[in-house]
Amino acid sequence: MSFINYASREINCKIVYYGPGLCGKTTNLQYVYKKTNPDQKGKLISLATETERTLFFDFLPLALGDIKGFKVRFHLYTVPGQVFYAASRKLILKGVDGVVFVADSQIERMEANIESLEDLRINLAEQGYELDKLPYTVQHNKRDLSNVAPVENMNKLLNPRNVPSFEGCAVSGVGVFETLKNVAKQVLVELKKHC
Amino acid sequence: MSSDLVMYEEEFQKIDEELQKLFQQANAKVVFLVDKNGQLIASAGDTHEIDTTSLASLTAGNIAATGGIARLLGEKEFTILFHEGEKDNIHISLIGQRIILVVIFDKRTSLGLVRLRVKKSSEALVIIFNNITSKAEKEKSEGKLDESPFAEISDEDIDNLFK
Repeated sequence: MSFINYASREINCKIVYYGPGLCGKTTNLQYVYKKTNPDQKGKLISLATETERTLFFDFLPLALGDIKGFKVRFHLYTVPGQVFYAASRKLILKGVDGVVFVADSQIERMEANIESLEDLRINLAEQGYELDKLPYTVQHNKRDLSNVAPVENMNKLLNPRNVPSFEGCAVSGVGVFETLKNVAKQVLVELKKHC
Repeated sequence: MSSDLVMYEEEFQKIDEELQKLFQQANAKVVFLVDKNGQLIASAGDTHEIDTTSLASLTAGNIAATGGIARLLGEKEFTILFHEGEKDNIHISLIGQRIILVVIFDKRTSLGLVRLRVKKSSEALVIIFNNITSKAEKEKSEGKLDESPFAEISDEDIDNLFK
């Protein structure tokens, strides 16, 4: 649910990074934060445990520029990936405009990916959204590791709708901005449709 | 799925006036209005030293978490949160089930006064937000939203954002 403010001529959209524990959601945000001009970004807020596992969410506000005299802002959120934070995860999806699913490419994490995607679908439905109708991008992360599943297989399992997907290595930044740009673009196109 | 929140100049001014009034009458340091999804709507008082965007997002997270606890306990919602600090205190209240009113105050005022003034302002704000909703619905049904700047967004505009 975007927020259009005619008074301050701003438009705010919410993008949520979803995916199983340790798949690299926070790393994506950290890379975006690192590589963005200071005047375009706010603080990166991380509500994490002492061992740097996300407890509630990470939050990064980004100002991209202007469209028709309106400042376009994206609020990027991550969810806590660990299974037992289900209740918190649900809350972050409130008012979401677009979702990035960060999948862990390691073969042994495939089941966790599938489980997380199912969890996403259910949680969205509880908020009244349908995953198949939402701006949605998949990132196959950790492609630099040796024990990774082929992208075609991953797409078959995690991307049946065949939305844009990107190979990523969030630690070094590969695919991070491509993913973000793609989902942001989808959100804006969706906004245009609603108008 | 709830529809997009649209804020018009006219209502924004009314909201701003109401927040200024609350700010003065409650003798607060800062007053904020935040959408339940974490978007800052308006503020009054000295906000220079505060990261308002982060504050809005964390407040909404706070309200969402508290709402989750409420539902676990069979409550519909906890509508008021109060955090007491050494110097500053924060009073958070949910109004009209959609908007969060945040008042930051120190010892120059009292929790009692803040609560009283928040209650009065909440009533006024609910009316304003109801107006916004009905206005947006009316414009939508009349097809006026076609005049929205985003109706004419081009692919080029979008691409330019990412240059």
